[in-house]
Amino acid sequence: MDFSAISPVSLIVSLMIASTPILLAAIGELVVEKSGVLNLGVEGMMIFGAISGFIAAVTSGSPLIGFIGGAAGGALLSVLFIILTQYLMANQVASGLGLTMMGLGLSALLGYSYAGIKPPASAHLDIAGLSDLPVVGPILFSHDIMIYFSIALVAGVWYFLNRTKAGLILRAVGENHDAAHALGYKVIRVRLLAILFGGACAGLGGAYLSLIRVPQWTEGMTTGAGWIALAIVVFGSWKPWRVLIGAYLFGGVTILQLNLQAVGVNIGAAYLSMTPYIITIIVLVVMSADKKRASINAPAMLGRLFHASK
Amino acid sequence: MTPLLRISGLTKAYPGVVANDNVSFDIQPGEVHALLGENGAGKSTLVKAIYGLVHPDSGSMELNGSDYTPKEPRQARAAGVAMVFQHFSLFEALTVGENIALGMENAPETKALSARIRTVSENYGLPLDPDRLVGDLSAGERQRVEIVRCLLQDPKLLVMDEPTSVLTPQEVETLFHTLRKLRDEGTSILYISHKLDEIRQICDHATILRLGKVVGTCTPSEETPKSMAEMMVGTTLTAPKKTAFNPGPVLLEVHNLWLESSDPFGTSLKDVNFSLHAGEVLGIGGVAGNGQDELLLALSGEELVEHDAVHFKGEAMGDKGPNHRRVRGLQTAPEERLGHAAAPDMSLTENALLTAFEREKLTSNGFIQWDATRNFARAIVEKFDVRTPSVNNAAKSLSGGNLQKFVIGREIMQNPDVLVVNQPTWGVDASAAADIRQALLELAAKGAAVLVISQDLDELMEISDTFAVLSEGTLSKVRSAQGVTIEEIGLLMGGTEVSHAPA
Amino acid sequence: MLRLEARPNPSKPMQALTPILAVLATMVAGGILFLLLGKNPFEAIRMLFWDPVLGEYAFYYRGQILIKAAPLIMIALGLSFGFRANIWNIGAEGQFIMGAICGGAVGLAFYPMEAFWIFPLMIIVGTLGGMLWALIPAFLKNRFNANEILVSLMLVYVAENFLAAMVTGPLRSPVGMNFPVSRSFNDYPAANNPELITGSGLHWGVVTALFLVIVAYVALTRHIGGFQVRVAGQSSRAAKFAGINPKLMVAICLGLSGALAGMAGIFEVTGPAGNLSTHLPLGYGFTAIIVAFLGRLHPVGVLMAGLLLAITIVGGDIVQTSLQVPKASIQVFQGMLLFFLLGFEILINFRVRLTIKGAA
Repeated sequence: MDFSAISPVSLIVSLMIASTPILLAAIGELVVEKSGVLNLGVEGMMIFGAISGFIAAVTSGSPLIGFIGGAAGGALLSVLFIILTQYLMANQVASGLGLTMMGLGLSALLGYSYAGIKPPASAHLDIAGLSDLPVVGPILFSHDIMIYFSIALVAGVWYFLNRTKAGLILRAVGENHDAAHALGYKVIRVRLLAILFGGACAGLGGAYLSLIRVPQWTEGMTTGAGWIALAIVVFGSWKPWRVLIGAYLFGGVTILQLNLQAVGVNIGAAYLSMTPYIITIIVLVVMSADKKRASINAPAMLGRLFHASK
Repeated sequence: MTPLLRISGLTKAYPGVVANDNVSFDIQPGEVHALLGENGAGKSTLVKAIYGLVHPDSGSMELNGSDYTPKEPRQARAAGVAMVFQHFSLFEALTVGENIALGMENAPETKALSARIRTVSENYGLPLDPDRLVGDLSAGERQRVEIVRCLLQDPKLLVMDEPTSVLTPQEVETLFHTLRKLRDEGTSILYISHKLDEIRQICDHATILRLGKVVGTCTPSEETPKSMAEMMVGTTLTAPKKTAFNPGPVLLEVHNLWLESSDPFGTSLKDVNFSLHAGEVLGIGGVAGNGQDELLLALSGEELVEHDAVHFKGEAMGDKGPNHRRVRGLQTAPEERLGHAAAPDMSLTENALLTAFEREKLTSNGFIQWDATRNFARAIVEKFDVRTPSVNNAAKSLSGGNLQKFVIGREIMQNPDVLVVNQPTWGVDASAAADIRQALLELAAKGAAVLVISQDLDELMEISDTFAVLSEGTLSKVRSAQGVTIEEIGLLMGGTEVSHAPA
Repeated sequence: MLRLEARPNPSKPMQALTPILAVLATMVAGGILFLLLGKNPFEAIRMLFWDPVLGEYAFYYRGQILIKAAPLIMIALGLSFGFRANIWNIGAEGQFIMGAICGGAVGLAFYPMEAFWIFPLMIIVGTLGGMLWALIPAFLKNRFNANEILVSLMLVYVAENFLAAMVTGPLRSPVGMNFPVSRSFNDYPAANNPELITGSGLHWGVVTALFLVIVAYVALTRHIGGFQVRVAGQSSRAAKFAGINPKLMVAICLGLSGALAGMAGIFEVTGPAGNLSTHLPLGYGFTAIIVAFLGRLHPVGVLMAGLLLAITIVGGDIVQTSLQVPKASIQVFQGMLLFFLLGFEILINFRVRLTIKGAA
């Protein structure tokens, strides 16, 4: 066993890469939940984004078009959820589960002939001087563009929710949809846009998996990342920056256990593979334990049906 | 003079009910106009039409002489119509400032808005802190948020739907002061209420609605409450018969009851003490949100408290659940009918089973006797005149009054020794309310003890033998209901014991 | 325009009709899917629904249908109670695996002893294993308020990895040439769940599943416990008012569904699967969610939905091999079924009204 094979710098770099898909999906789901909707279909939208992004990138040869394709794919799948929950008033939990099953099935169907292909490589930031600095260079200045984008997205969502009128309306809809309706706000339209955004973010996260993190297409490749994103939203108490911290902590655990497996620590690989999921459970438990705080931070209408009949 | 708002022939029908039937009336500039009517008379529908939330089937409205057909509240606000809702349209987890910004078309940025909120609210004697969370405010303060939100838009017409139902008598005075000031500045106010005294105090003109139709107009200052009530109700009401009160043995004793509210915006109970005798009707008054729900939960057993805090017929059962208490004869009927006292989508038969299965022995070895249960439900429906096609109908298909009769009837039919009810006639039409009060009095006359929690002081004065007030989770001393004045009650509601109050 | 209007009473006919409408809509949409894949839609639909039951080789497929339906029905029965009470156990797949591991380990521990009590003991231990695995999310929800959906799902991945650890470690077959599999239960009579009538597909699991349908039906419609589950699903406040302890309800619903999933797991591993391996999880735990909803959370409905889904699984294999379509198309097909069902459910509580626009 040789722990010196684990270099802290490359560990941090790979941590960021491992965290980004979950971060993207989680920040999208945060916006959805803030509007009072619980979309449990993140896993499905993510994997559908992974394959649609992959196909778009391979066919066009451009990773950028790939990411656009991934976002479009995730948003497209979320339309099904919108129809069911916003117009046909179906149960959100069941619809979200259905979305996950549908996403897994559709992606496997579409990806049938794409297994084993390499996607086009994504460009990395390369600033002469800065990117070559020791330690700081690889950690801050030489990632692929999507990592910077994901952090910018977190900042953008934070600004939107806390500093804009539209963000205030979205939070109001999530807090009390009847009151928002009485004030004349379009509850369904706000939620529709939020769900589409959540779908696009999840799709983007999926495309990051298939285009950069892995990078190739394999069936069921998200292995629960979408569900973990859901847990990260709870961990972050519905606050964008805390979601970022949560995603990076989670990425750290994943990378650490992979590195431990690689250097052959004397625990079975299968046990090490469990750790991300066990850590997720522990995190959920810790963050939910204070009932009062949890119920103040959570949007009050989360998962409730809205029908403007009266 | 051109009326500010003219309503002509407005009609709105819902499946099975015509909410507004050819309604016409005018509101003049600078007047306080009352819209008077019972629950279900169509006041809310009319108001929603004025505010653009409901689109009338036919009829027209004119604002300042020009056509006014608001498609949505946004357009109503733009035209100068503002509304204070009966059930506040506020967001508990957002701040006062954010709540106000949401109700404005072009809200200024945060700092400027906060400054304006402070100025306007102080101008009208309604002080507010823009940075506080609405969830932490009292009901009276929440209403201020709604009013200030309206005032910031310089409305020409301010619509107020039952504004005093959540206020203490003193707060009502403050509100009236503000409304008079507004009227004197030229703002018209449409004031919806069924409280005749208030309307006589504040309104210049009144339009009276019954079953969706305008049945009369009047100048309230020239009418007596009785004459207006007759226009409103259409029939003469029989007041419940109050028999003399001979206190029997103590049935329920509550001693040092503390309960931390499980609702983050609820009110915790602090050291509540009282005892309830056979034959007694104890009325507990107070403004909503002062611990009423928590008190009911502690007595029903839904929230467990210290073992010794609740003694029922000599047995300490503070830490025992609802069914333990029910079997022994301590029954409760909470305020929320649908979703608390009754399961909305379940039939009346199933809802009868909900609380009665043990005391009425509707199960054997855990297996449900559906025939017996159906008979029990039918007996409730018959005895309490519940209007429903059959006991197989879902609870949510009943009107508020009928469901309330069923829910209270279900508890009374089980012959409780103590019955605790919260807001027994809230949102119930007048004849059903009279029936319910009569049933409670009859129960007490038979030797049971009844605890009525209500925000309707008139109701409490009518039926109570003894009286106390809940304020911020603390219960005042229980006193005889004879000779209590509204002023004393008002001070108690504000949290002051009468003996300490300044003269 | 179309307008939705709330019904005062839930429509009884629609409750029975919606699953049928959903199946029909899925056949149409599924047909289009096969058309897009370049296959004859009528042929594909016939292979999916007709051939397994009444086709030329149905004598073989019918047994397969029972084998697939038994675990689906067993798991879905448990899930449907929880779903009714708004307790969302979506980790039945993990409980299925843990039931198989726990029960299987007991059998392997007694190898090669022959005794009549070994098989029943394995069933009991497997059931308990699934139950305990499901009580983890129940405990964490009751004690720490942790969301049972996420916890139960995370435990699926933990269980899958645990299974991998077991079959590459302590439970690996000494005669399996180092493959990650356990000893075969089919070769160990005391621990075997055999086909009771050759060629029928009938094994002890099928018998138990049918028996459980009856028990669940009685519990739901005649017993106060089932009544309380239904109340809990309608309104948590009404349930508390009715004296139902919400924490106990969580523990019972999760424990019960976990027990049934675990039982399905041990019947599967001792019978149709034959041994513990990483190929054991076939997704029954997830498909059972569809079965529960399609059966409208009612035991008799679950029985019929379980049979129907089993037919599509068997039929799916036929379509896959004879038309060369990817296995995933059947997954999509099942997803559609759930979607249509959830969509059509609106007809139970709402009426669709056609109104002429502009009347207002």
